[in-house]
Amino acid sequence: MSAPAATAPTRPAPAGRARLSKGTRLGVAFVGIVALLSLVRILSGADDLTSVGAVAAALGLSVPIGMAALGGLWSERAGVVNIGLEGMMIMGTWCAGWAGYQWGPWAGLVAAIVGGAMFGLLHAVATVTFGVDQIISGVAINILGLGVTQYLSSIAFTGVQGGGPTQSPRVSPMPTVSLPLVKTVLEPVADSGVWLISDLANIAIGLTTNVSVITLLAVAAIVGTYYILWRTRFGLRLRSCGENPWAAESLGVRVMRYKYAAVVASGAFAGMGGAYLVIAYAQIYREGQTGGRGYIGLAAMIFGNWRPGGLAMGSGLFGYVDGLQLRQGGTTVHALLLLAAILLLAFAVWSAWRRKRFSAIAGAVSGSLVLAWYLSTSEVPGEVATIAPYVTTLLVLSLASQRLRMPAADGQVYRKGESH
Amino acid sequence: MSGRFSPRRIALTLAAPVLAIIFSLLIASIVLLAVGDSPLVVFQAMLDYGVRPRTMVLTINTATTYYLSAVAVAIGFKMNLFNIGVDGQYRLAAMLAAAVGGAISLPSPLHALVVVLVAMLVGAMWAGIAGVLRAYRGVSEVISTIMLNAIATGVIAYMLRPGRLAVSTQGSNNIGTKPIPESGHVPGFAFVPGTETKVYGFVFLAVLVGVAYWYMLNRTRFGFDLRATGMSESAAVSSGVSVKRMIVTAMLLSGAVAGLVGMPQLLGGSYSYSLDFPAGLGFTGIAIALLGRNNPVGIAFGALLWAFLTNSAQILDLEGVPKEIANIMQGTIVLSVVVAYELVRRYRLREQQQQVGEQVAEEPPTPRTGSDMGAPV
Repeated sequence: MSAPAATAPTRPAPAGRARLSKGTRLGVAFVGIVALLSLVRILSGADDLTSVGAVAAALGLSVPIGMAALGGLWSERAGVVNIGLEGMMIMGTWCAGWAGYQWGPWAGLVAAIVGGAMFGLLHAVATVTFGVDQIISGVAINILGLGVTQYLSSIAFTGVQGGGPTQSPRVSPMPTVSLPLVKTVLEPVADSGVWLISDLANIAIGLTTNVSVITLLAVAAIVGTYYILWRTRFGLRLRSCGENPWAAESLGVRVMRYKYAAVVASGAFAGMGGAYLVIAYAQIYREGQTGGRGYIGLAAMIFGNWRPGGLAMGSGLFGYVDGLQLRQGGTTVHALLLLAAILLLAFAVWSAWRRKRFSAIAGAVSGSLVLAWYLSTSEVPGEVATIAPYVTTLLVLSLASQRLRMPAADGQVYRKGESH
Repeated sequence: MSGRFSPRRIALTLAAPVLAIIFSLLIASIVLLAVGDSPLVVFQAMLDYGVRPRTMVLTINTATTYYLSAVAVAIGFKMNLFNIGVDGQYRLAAMLAAAVGGAISLPSPLHALVVVLVAMLVGAMWAGIAGVLRAYRGVSEVISTIMLNAIATGVIAYMLRPGRLAVSTQGSNNIGTKPIPESGHVPGFAFVPGTETKVYGFVFLAVLVGVAYWYMLNRTRFGFDLRATGMSESAAVSSGVSVKRMIVTAMLLSGAVAGLVGMPQLLGGSYSYSLDFPAGLGFTGIAIALLGRNNPVGIAFGALLWAFLTNSAQILDLEGVPKEIANIMQGTIVLSVVVAYELVRRYRLREQQQQVGEQVAEEPPTPRTGSDMGAPV
């Protein structure tokens, strides 16, 4: 890359490495991934890899995961582990369905946020005030979330037209918005099928056409979270409660208050993720609709190293694979095998260059196996497609988890005035 | 301080669960009243139905399964490992064991034994993945077991297809593994008079697992190391314990017990793993392990209480009350029992501090002894 060598004389860059700004590096990485995907698309003929539909589905499905992850981020940055995200999200779906079918999607969204926040408050009371083990409280909230919604559904939806003990009547969808002109201008480019160019056009169309308003709110929430937690006094204090609450206390921070605020916000975001599933995605509340997305959100957050940008990328990855397997399953995910093989072989070459013999051999062997699998079949079974995101997470975590750093006091019980 | 079994100590130990149950009844009453049902009528109906002979047998049977699941979780808890993956472990184990059981034919006790061993092995392997990743790659077992649960679901869906491990059942659209022949069944026995329903033979296995768990924790060096590592990793390391090995071993053991969770149902009732095989027992196990404070006897009570609530609530649909009120009660119990334990712990701590204070100084260091000491339990 043709970046100028270290420009700041006071802080020389590490030897042999030119420093690029973070934005540039991300941009290069993004274009690189798209280029690779595009190559795989051309080689395998699986056009759905970067089609407008796939991009739109990926964006949509990453919203609930991303909101759960954002909820996890708020809570854990203040030092409270929140495994109850799933329960809070379930509550969000129910509230969205209940308020949504009666008073419209906006009411549904508000109700979901309030419902999630209520469960967040419960988690805060248990973990912050009573100092209960945070994981235990989270498990209880997941049990409660399921039980309460099942109970409420039997009461609220039975006998209502279109509803039943396990589902709500239809909810009208949230309005969608499109960026004008993008589709008309880029469609010919997208249809050309040229390497990289048409894929980028597809992505641009997919990200700007018929986007639900909740999706925009979700993006705003992630950007806003970054601003609030990393660029304001409130955020600095909140994060200090997650790193060292006793030190924060000695500086006069009201730790309990910040923890409460963070955990309630966490529940609100999880509830919003649930609302998306009901209002924008399925347009109905159904029992079991969250399908473990609260847990996946937690994984996406850890994957993203407890950072908003990282969790957005993690959610995007889950959303993308989730969308692919929902759309065409077998053939498209089969093409991903080729991608995996290329990545593994590249990893092997890189490791060999770094003289890491074990990683090189492991990468080469697994890469060849995946390549052989790709070449010897024309489709992967649908069930294998469904587990792809989870296997990817496990692999990435096992390769990268030692570089991840969680807030130092995450999960620890804090009591006021306990430090001496 | 009085002895280990002083009435005061016992009262304090029992205070938390009793408080939690009362509190959960209170919450359930409020919920019921809010929609216009009478709590007394509902509880009476549950109690009447719950003590019928058939329901009692079902309660024992359900509790057997819950107990195994909770012990599997508790083994991990003792070492500060949170095995959320019991759910995936037992389902995968039950499915593969059922397939093996349906494919082989062996003389009677041996057949069931092979099935059980296969299940334990599969459960241990599946949990072992999480153990190895935690010990050698530093991956949080919470996340890896969540992922492994989802992967297990996918693997089971893949395998459970006609032509792979499953056969279709005639006259229904349920599919399952090939039924296990008679030689692999573990017979139940009539225990409660007045009903045809039999108690699972696996009740004995559950008791055995409980005793083995107690023995392992309290009477073996491994158990000592396990508890030591759970309480203070650095102390354990300095006394020569290999934490990595302990993590992997604990996960393997936890997974092996998790493998047993599906066995009562498989070898005592359904004889095949089909689409409607009970799911989610692993999460119930977490709650019950918490309720019983990882203690083998405490878990047994927790499992019976949980099973009673689940089974006795079945009558409520006939009364026009959603039976999910039982889930609300269960969730409330878990949450309030841990809060109550915490309150009791704080009470004890304060009491101890005051006692020490009194012993050390001739006159109490704080002038507030009078008002706080006399607080009733």
